[in-house]
Amino acid sequence: MTIQPPIAMLAELTHRCPLSCPYCSNPVELARKDSELDTATWADLFRQAADLGVLQLHLSGGEPVTRRDLVDLVVAAREAGLYTNLITSGIGLTEKRLHDLDAAGLDHIQLSLQGTDAEMADRIGGYRGGFARKMDVARWIGEIGFPLTLNAVLHRQNLHQLPRAIEMAVEMGARRIEVATVQFHGWALLSRDALMPTREQAREADAIVAEARARLKGTLVIDYVPADYHSDYPKKCMGGWGSTGLNVAPDGLVLPCHAAQTIPGLVFDRVQDKPLRAIWYEGSAFNAYRGTDWMPEPCASCERKNVDFGGCRCQAMALVGDAAATDPTCIRSPHHAALQARADAFAAGDAAFTARAAAG
Amino acid sequence: MIGADDIPVIPRGVRMQFDRVRERWVLLAPERTVALDEIGVAILSEIDGQRSFGQITEGLAAKYAAPPEEIAADSRGFLGALIDRRFLEVRQ
Repeated sequence: MTIQPPIAMLAELTHRCPLSCPYCSNPVELARKDSELDTATWADLFRQAADLGVLQLHLSGGEPVTRRDLVDLVVAAREAGLYTNLITSGIGLTEKRLHDLDAAGLDHIQLSLQGTDAEMADRIGGYRGGFARKMDVARWIGEIGFPLTLNAVLHRQNLHQLPRAIEMAVEMGARRIEVATVQFHGWALLSRDALMPTREQAREADAIVAEARARLKGTLVIDYVPADYHSDYPKKCMGGWGSTGLNVAPDGLVLPCHAAQTIPGLVFDRVQDKPLRAIWYEGSAFNAYRGTDWMPEPCASCERKNVDFGGCRCQAMALVGDAAATDPTCIRSPHHAALQARADAFAAGDAAFTARAAAG
Repeated sequence: MIGADDIPVIPRGVRMQFDRVRERWVLLAPERTVALDEIGVAILSEIDGQRSFGQITEGLAAKYAAPPEEIAADSRGFLGALIDRRFLEVRQ
């Protein structure tokens, strides 16, 4: 198997965040502030990434704007030749800081949306006043002219707001909206009963997205992550393990995906110890599920094995206790029927959720 | 569909860049990368925010000694796909 160079790197600059969304993609074990990589280490990593073939850099977190050196990091990323994207809730961004990021060469902003009104957004984000501040930030982004993607994470409690979220994206002048049904890893798994959409909601969202895509063609691009527990085939997780992207945690741990630390037995390298090139090509965690040779049946003989790569390894681990198993959201998994029944039970569960903890 | 008088414009946040690792040109857009072939590079290189689609395709037809209608049809398909993805805009 020829290993291709990575195209994208997600730099989790920090796990600190003013919000406490119950579906946070950070690991349940959060990295502390005093373990975070410093400016020079990130800048060196950006150069290594560009040399390795990375073209797209996502500056994420936690909330990346809590890093005081964010503008310097954007300068370093652009100097390395990377397309530089900021993934933010907007909380903590001022108009002045946005102008500084503009001058530094920031290419694009992805703004998260927890709800379409203050009541919902501030309850899900756990931060009073957050929605109003986000709306200010969206306006400044538009005035400066940054290309904008709105990222709406949807679950049982806010799926009814999907039509309004799409309208808001158009009103803000966003070119794209990501309609992402919550994925159940880490924090979200702790609140699965509260967040699992119903089957009816999942089908309604499918219809709303299909209608809006046709109506808004050429105005707004809609990327859609459907509710996989209610689907027939799994998501093409990471575009295939170790094939296109990598994540770097705040403390320098290099991960094949957000949730890879939930797979026992995988050993991860740190950027402080090895060159990024060696980690990508030779790291044992990256090679664990690369390609298709690791696949058991029914994946091994499936004609879709190069379409969805057996789905999500972390989800297989979480749901059936075996990271090499077929993702049970796949109709060909022996666990699929049981999972769909469980999904309906989760969707009938209690609405109280567990807020994400604060990073130390 | 892009017309002869429309002026194609590469918007902020979209740029062509040479991918020195894979040794090819790419179009970088928000969270997306499009690998470009020679024809794609030739068309996008002509877009300057001033000239119309008709002027661009006539220029390309002369440069490559190809039938103008063929160049226009190919370019229209290529640029139309970019417009649909919001990687390209047009001014009337």
